[in-house]
Amino acid sequence: MTTATILSRKGVGTIALLALAALLPLAVTEPSQQNFLILILMGAQMGVAWNIVGGYAGQVSLGHAVFYGIGAYTSTMLLLTLGLTPWIGALAGGLVAAAFALAMGWPCFRLKGHYFAMATIAVAEIMQILVTNSDALEGAVGLYLPMDQSGWGVLIFLSKLPYYYVILGLLVLTVLVSWAIERSHIGYYFRAIKDEPEAARALGVSLTRYKLIALTVSAFLTAMGGSFYAQKEMFIDPGSVFATTISIKIALIAILGGVGRLTGPVLGAVILITIEEYSRTLFGSTGSGTDMIIYAAMIILVAVFSPSGVLGLLGDLHRHLGRHLPGAKPAGGETSAKEIRP
Amino acid sequence: MNTAPLLAVDGLGKAFDGLIANRDISFIVHHGEIIGLIGPNGAGKTTLFNCLAGFHTPTSGRIAFEGQDITGSTPEAAAALGIARTFQIVRVFQSMTARENVMVGAMLRNKRVAEARERAEAELDFVGLSHRADTPASDLTVSEQKRLEVARALATEPKLILLDEVMAGLNPTEVREASALVHRIHQRGIASIIVEHVMEGIMPIAHRMLVLDYGAKIADGTPAQIAENPAVIAAYLGE
Repeated sequence: MTTATILSRKGVGTIALLALAALLPLAVTEPSQQNFLILILMGAQMGVAWNIVGGYAGQVSLGHAVFYGIGAYTSTMLLLTLGLTPWIGALAGGLVAAAFALAMGWPCFRLKGHYFAMATIAVAEIMQILVTNSDALEGAVGLYLPMDQSGWGVLIFLSKLPYYYVILGLLVLTVLVSWAIERSHIGYYFRAIKDEPEAARALGVSLTRYKLIALTVSAFLTAMGGSFYAQKEMFIDPGSVFATTISIKIALIAILGGVGRLTGPVLGAVILITIEEYSRTLFGSTGSGTDMIIYAAMIILVAVFSPSGVLGLLGDLHRHLGRHLPGAKPAGGETSAKEIRP
Repeated sequence: MNTAPLLAVDGLGKAFDGLIANRDISFIVHHGEIIGLIGPNGAGKTTLFNCLAGFHTPTSGRIAFEGQDITGSTPEAAAALGIARTFQIVRVFQSMTARENVMVGAMLRNKRVAEARERAEAELDFVGLSHRADTPASDLTVSEQKRLEVARALATEPKLILLDEVMAGLNPTEVREASALVHRIHQRGIASIIVEHVMEGIMPIAHRMLVLDYGAKIADGTPAQIAENPAVIAAYLGE
């Protein structure tokens, strides 16, 4: 009974949130504001995708731009050379990124903790340099998407609204994948690996296999986000999709909101993108380095005040306030609530 | 039926950069047996566990499990074959509830979450932790965490369980409970090798005792034989 109530309450909340997201553009009609909403959804999608490997499985990647860039370049090249629709191009980009994740994960997962994070930075940096120097990919010049076409087939639109719904759909897909993982044995294994890798092995969990699953799925979804970026901006170059700042932003969104929780990165995206956009209007074009300053400040704030992110902070607050209230969730927030048996 | 002993260790040796932790250890464990593994600190007991459970690759010798050579296998392969273990310093999954901890173990044999949950409840009940199922593992007492590790190991449906100092730091009542638990594990047909310093916990229930000193086996016999063995007495009290 308890489970049913919680599930249905959660279900109602989810549906209400989705309906709100779907109807939001009716209220927010200004293109620049719609663009702002799109940026939040893009950030959330990246963060949720990163959270699979960096949050649940605890393998902190600071090189996710490599997957983002692979997605952007794959779908764009397929569109430019073969005229292939980005719908398939984004899937292809996801597959290429997944294959790349397998290839880089194999050696990188031999490293633990900080060394793994450092290796991912190196991989992303190398990739950015390679693409910058690749004539076939137009190097530093970048790629322009066809300006003379538009519509759902080429996924290029003159207004912001369709982009909003496409990225909302991609975010929902990413959340669903993440949710399915969280609920399956894979999610339990990820958390076990994060908490106590040696104990997980003693229970028959292959660290390499499950870390690779985490990285591959995360890479696939991140690459699809990259494809969307290309479609929306209609121009990509190595600096805009392979940059280290993107890797850091992806990780920070999840860490800020709360790693290893489904809704953490969504919350993180709302906060981070809002601050980012406000600072952009505040400092204008002179502040091209301000995003890095903001990221740095965020990292310090999270590290000092709430390593479990804003969600963790809210959870603490909720436990603190809810201890004496009837029907309060037990300590542990989401996870424990899910475990309550009838 | 398989007539091979459950576990056959033959001439096992393990050295770390010249430091010999295990030397030429041979012994056999039969199905369902309770083996006490004792020895002074630094005698190589945990190293031996790590070799058996696949955490260390032996430098020399052979380990056979049900007749199959498993020398140098990985921990996950050992677990799949039916060797489970606990850790001397508890390693529970801190961010999970007690039930979820055990579910991870149960998932080795059954990946379905609902069935793993049922299995976990049964094992929590077996070790007497049912009332703590929803408690985050980090909030359990050390004694409870040790039992949680046992439940988690049992959930993998092992044939052999390696218990590393599950009685250390427990009060006399808890030691008796732990002894009773080991006996009930034996009644399920699961063999156990128990590293223990708490003699009153292990001597009454062990079928056989192995004694290590300076990495080598110095005695192998019933608890009564071991207690009178001059080499054992010398090892513990010094000559």
